[in-house]
Amino acid sequence: MQYLVSVIFDQAGLATPEEMAAIDVFNDRLVAEGHWVFAGGLGSPSTATVIDNRGEETMFTDGPFVESKEFLAGFWVMEAADLDVALKLAAEGSKACNRKVEVRPFL
Amino acid sequence: MSVADVRAAVTQAHRHEWARVVASLTKRFGDLDIAEEAAAEAFATAVERWPADGVPPNPGAWLTTTANRKAIDRIRRENKRGDKHREAQLVYDDDPPEPLGAIEDERLRLIFTCCHPALAPHTRVALTLRMVGGLTVPEIARAFLVPETTVAQRITRAKVKIKAARIPYRVPSAEDLPARVSGVLAVLFLVFNEGYLATGPDTDPVRHDLTAEAIRLTRLIRALMPEDGEVAGLLALMLLTEARRTARVSAAGELVTLAEQDRGIWDAALIAEGHRLVRERLAARVAPGRYQILAAIGAVHTSARDVRDTEWSQVVALYDQLVRLDPSPIIGLNRAIAVAELDGPEVALAVVDRLEDKLAGYHAYHVTRADLLRRLGRSQESRAAYDQAIALAGNTAETAYLTRRRDQLG
Repeated sequence: MQYLVSVIFDQAGLATPEEMAAIDVFNDRLVAEGHWVFAGGLGSPSTATVIDNRGEETMFTDGPFVESKEFLAGFWVMEAADLDVALKLAAEGSKACNRKVEVRPFL
Repeated sequence: MSVADVRAAVTQAHRHEWARVVASLTKRFGDLDIAEEAAAEAFATAVERWPADGVPPNPGAWLTTTANRKAIDRIRRENKRGDKHREAQLVYDDDPPEPLGAIEDERLRLIFTCCHPALAPHTRVALTLRMVGGLTVPEIARAFLVPETTVAQRITRAKVKIKAARIPYRVPSAEDLPARVSGVLAVLFLVFNEGYLATGPDTDPVRHDLTAEAIRLTRLIRALMPEDGEVAGLLALMLLTEARRTARVSAAGELVTLAEQDRGIWDAALIAEGHRLVRERLAARVAPGRYQILAAIGAVHTSARDVRDTEWSQVVALYDQLVRLDPSPIIGLNRAIAVAELDGPEVALAVVDRLEDKLAGYHAYHVTRADLLRRLGRSQESRAAYDQAIALAGNTAETAYLTRRRDQLG
């Protein structure tokens, strides 16, 4: 079972060196214990472009699809047996990156 | 067998077997929704068939087998979706019921799943009452004064989340157990408290159905986890509170305070059982948690034949212990009520007044102030405090009591 662990934050900008170091340690553990699928940090919402190609013409819109105070700053995709395992990992991820996270199952 | 006898047998079976049936089906089919629906259908079938066929010698086994068949029927109907996993389970059709120990364990799993921390607190309460308690959606809606559709939605959403996010159907590991047990106890305490001081203009002031259900479920947890001190503490606390239930509302429908209750009509058997549990925990010589301390306070109150015999110094000492564990303003308020008996209303009022910032919106804060001010002869301030208490109180019997008290002020 895979879970998306979204990192939620309200300011643009990179993780501090301390946060980066903690994230690296956490990621190594995810790999070692077989939970690692993928992870990444994202550029700020202002760098996003929304594309709509449902009509005749491809529409590009500058900015994120929804403006909000808090936004997706990065994510992990983790392999976990069940939600209890995923919640525990996500709690450690939250501590490592020093931000709130949200856990959502893949279908 | 008379119709009344059969009806009593169905009610009895519902009380004792509902959670077992839901738990064993959840285990077998891995799906709360199927388990709940099949269990409900099995009980409906019992209502239909038992009057003609007679009550089966082992109602639990009959209900489980019937529910299993209903579940299999539903899965077969839906199987166009080609669920291989479930199809494989259908092979073991009428296998013998699981040994008792395993089933007890299943019920425990069911409770932990319903009280999972990833579910919202009010959802945990609704789900536990439905899946473990066997209450219907309208019953739960009435208990918490929310529309039936809201309760139904909460339960449906919870079932979807449990399945989609794979909330495990299992008793948590030893490391997580204390936190998870305390989550379960919080749900049961909430159900009990809502029963003991019910909110709403149209409900009975004390909802015995809810207090009884909370006690029944706590007894179940106690049977499953006899070594847990806080489980024993919560059960004792509920029993010692429930024991005073009949004395708590007067014939005129007014709340009767602890000091004014007719102690002769307290339930001696419940008190004896509660005291036994409190003594058992004292003998364990393990630092008590909050439910055990609250139960000990209940034991002090129920040990006094007359309110004047109450050992208030013990009550205050226990509250001091509780404050160290949980320095919440509500505990501070309750401690102040005991302080008033030990050191007088003036000392207590000074303590209570310091809680204003945090408790100004809480009716019991104003009730306590009103009473202390009344005892100090400060009628005008007392009246104002009663007014605020009445405005905030949600319980009809309490409103009636407070109104009379206010109107008696000189």
